[in-house]
Amino acid sequence: MTLSRSLKFLALAGAITSTIFTAQAADDTVKVGVLHSLSGTMAISETSLRDVLLFTFDEINAKGGVMGKKIQPVVVDGASNWPLFAEKATQLLEQDKVAVTFGCWTSVSRKSVLPVFEKDKGLLFYPVQYEGEELSPNIFYTAEAVNQQATPAVDYYLAAGKKKFYLLGSDYVYPQTTNLVLLEYLLSKGVPLENIGGGFKKDESGKIISAGKYTPFGHTDYQQIVSEIKQFTAGGKACVISTLNGDTNVPFFKEYAAAGLTAETCPVVSFSISEDEFRGLPAKQLVGQLGCWTYFQSIKSDANKKFIADFQKWLKSSTVPGIVKEGRVTCSPMVLSYNGVYLWKAAVEKAKSFDVEKVVAELEKGISFDGPGGKVTSQKNHHLTKNVFIGETKADGQFKIVKEYKDVFGEPFLKGTFKPKTAAK
Amino acid sequence: MQRHVSKVELVTASVIALFLVVVFPGLHAAGAVSDFTIKLWGKYLCYGLLAISVDLLWGYTGLLSLGQALFFSLGGYMLGMNLMLMIGEDGQYFKSGNNPSLLPDFMVILGRTELPSFWKPFYNFPFAVAMVVLVPGLLAFLFGFLGFRSRIKGVYFSILTQALTYVAAVFFQNALIMGSNNGFTDFKRILGCDIRASATQRGLYIATALALVLVYAFCRWLTTTKFGLVQRAVRDSETRALFSGYAAANYKLFVFVVASIIGSIGGALYLPQAGILNPTEMMPEKSLEAVVWCAVGGRGTLIGPIIGAIGTNALKSWATRAFPDLWLIILGGLFILIVLFLPKGIFGLLGQARDFFAKRKPEAASATAEPAKP
Repeated sequence: MTLSRSLKFLALAGAITSTIFTAQAADDTVKVGVLHSLSGTMAISETSLRDVLLFTFDEINAKGGVMGKKIQPVVVDGASNWPLFAEKATQLLEQDKVAVTFGCWTSVSRKSVLPVFEKDKGLLFYPVQYEGEELSPNIFYTAEAVNQQATPAVDYYLAAGKKKFYLLGSDYVYPQTTNLVLLEYLLSKGVPLENIGGGFKKDESGKIISAGKYTPFGHTDYQQIVSEIKQFTAGGKACVISTLNGDTNVPFFKEYAAAGLTAETCPVVSFSISEDEFRGLPAKQLVGQLGCWTYFQSIKSDANKKFIADFQKWLKSSTVPGIVKEGRVTCSPMVLSYNGVYLWKAAVEKAKSFDVEKVVAELEKGISFDGPGGKVTSQKNHHLTKNVFIGETKADGQFKIVKEYKDVFGEPFLKGTFKPKTAAK
Repeated sequence: MQRHVSKVELVTASVIALFLVVVFPGLHAAGAVSDFTIKLWGKYLCYGLLAISVDLLWGYTGLLSLGQALFFSLGGYMLGMNLMLMIGEDGQYFKSGNNPSLLPDFMVILGRTELPSFWKPFYNFPFAVAMVVLVPGLLAFLFGFLGFRSRIKGVYFSILTQALTYVAAVFFQNALIMGSNNGFTDFKRILGCDIRASATQRGLYIATALALVLVYAFCRWLTTTKFGLVQRAVRDSETRALFSGYAAANYKLFVFVVASIIGSIGGALYLPQAGILNPTEMMPEKSLEAVVWCAVGGRGTLIGPIIGAIGTNALKSWATRAFPDLWLIILGGLFILIVLFLPKGIFGLLGQARDFFAKRKPEAASATAEPAKP
């Protein structure tokens, strides 16, 4: 037996014994599900959420748990495999009978587990910005709704005197939906159609069913699009709104810088790049470009400083196999996961019960929590009122906060709510 | 390879079939088996159908198709279109009054007000079922007709099938009218029955088990006929088969179409049990997974791939819960061990054991010689 093999066996043996010990569930614990991808394409993002959830559970357990019961996490791997997400959700709800689940990153994984949570009357906390247009009685969306990320970014641009808006995204449901909402929003603010770039697709009746320019996943050639943007910026006062996903940002920003476009001439606001993404992306080419989230690591509050310090300390002493300990940062989805756990804890303690219906009723009444990003309050429509920040990217992958919108109400159904300003046309 | 089905095999197969189709769902109806378990096994058996379709091609005809997941997904999409339309008044936009024409919700999000014309016939369930057979069958026929006539074989065939499924995945990912990357989900009813009800899930499980048993019996029969002999002759030496006067291309085309339809039926049954279908199911790695199931179970045995599919997926279900951080290492390690020590897979263990005992009685050894590797 070689050394690496024997090490693998040792690790396995260790894992087996540790599960045998943790499997002895006692009466003074409450089971809580963690449903994220720990392998596959989404693992790079979702593992961070698993880490922050385990940290939060430890923090709560150290202070006596929830209603005197220690949280016992049940971690499963959704493996970036959407049918497996549904299977794991069923397992958590029907076999482990967890009181609550924290999980999912992509919209498709959430849509995959939604029927399961509705059928088994479970409760899911979802922490990642999404396109809205959904409201399940069994899901709480701590995530940013479109009006807590995309429309504030437009407001910021308008206040800065921008007149022309170029919409660019990866070709899937979140960018498509977000851009359709943004189109309505821009028109309602008096921006004429010809000042919105990226192109439109119309259906047979001439109704716009798609706005903006879209590239497939993993697209690398942005030369043509960037030259189109350059033409678009010709008259000045232009900006780009990007919903490009993951890796495609690297070639886009490289090309963007090569074409001589800068944050001064035509800024880009990206909705999918947070501090955690910069662990894998070079930040240099993005300096000065904008980000918009409901939390930034650079927020200067005591609550945030304590959160970051405690998380780093927890990481150092963590024994989770394979956990990354170096170069870790905090970002919005992580903080929204953290807030979700505390909101659930507060709701349970108010309801004096772990029963999903009672907990949801308390959450719907409105519960506030002072998190690292400031105060968040749960709403009747299962979203959160929270602060929205706009930040400029710095070379070290952090953001310099340039604008804060206080207490923005989360609204999932936006399509069709903004009426065009006809007078301005 | 035996040409005739022995009595022992017939009895064993019947007992297993009876257990899968009658006893197991009976236990579920009696409450001894949970909803979760029956749904899970329904899914495993669908994977079994996919594995058979790979084995029929790879194990029996020497065509390593790396694109069977495409046909599996296509079957799902065809039935899925019917299920999406059957959501009807349970969709969230109808409830909020924004969807009077009862479109699937994802179309409403994109601002559509009318159902595209090619969606309309899918209101009809029998039509959707017919499409489950026809669409993948036709695609396989076209692809196979062009490919086999041009004498594309070996790794080139594998690469082309992989390319085909990749292209299809990208196409569906960008096809907003087919749900784009979110795909189809949140089905409410099938043939008027509540899809979440435990009786419906049992019905779907029984349909799956029955399909698997019938497909297995059909394939077992097919491979014992003269057709099956030619099929294996093509596998072992296509040139020789050609010179003996057999149109190898036609045989391959037939097997490819049949295998694709089997995969498609598996996918159609999978959809209502898994509850979601989207383009990632067509990505090449899904087809590769099915090839791994075959290799693990023992290819060219029909029953081996089923065992491989069920075994691998059951292990995955268990390990992603028990060892969420280490399950890939466990699964990968197991695959390596099997390839190293059981070249004929789990089912091949039987043969290996038989050979081992036969060696002790030298005169009996010659009777059990296996055919050459393809």
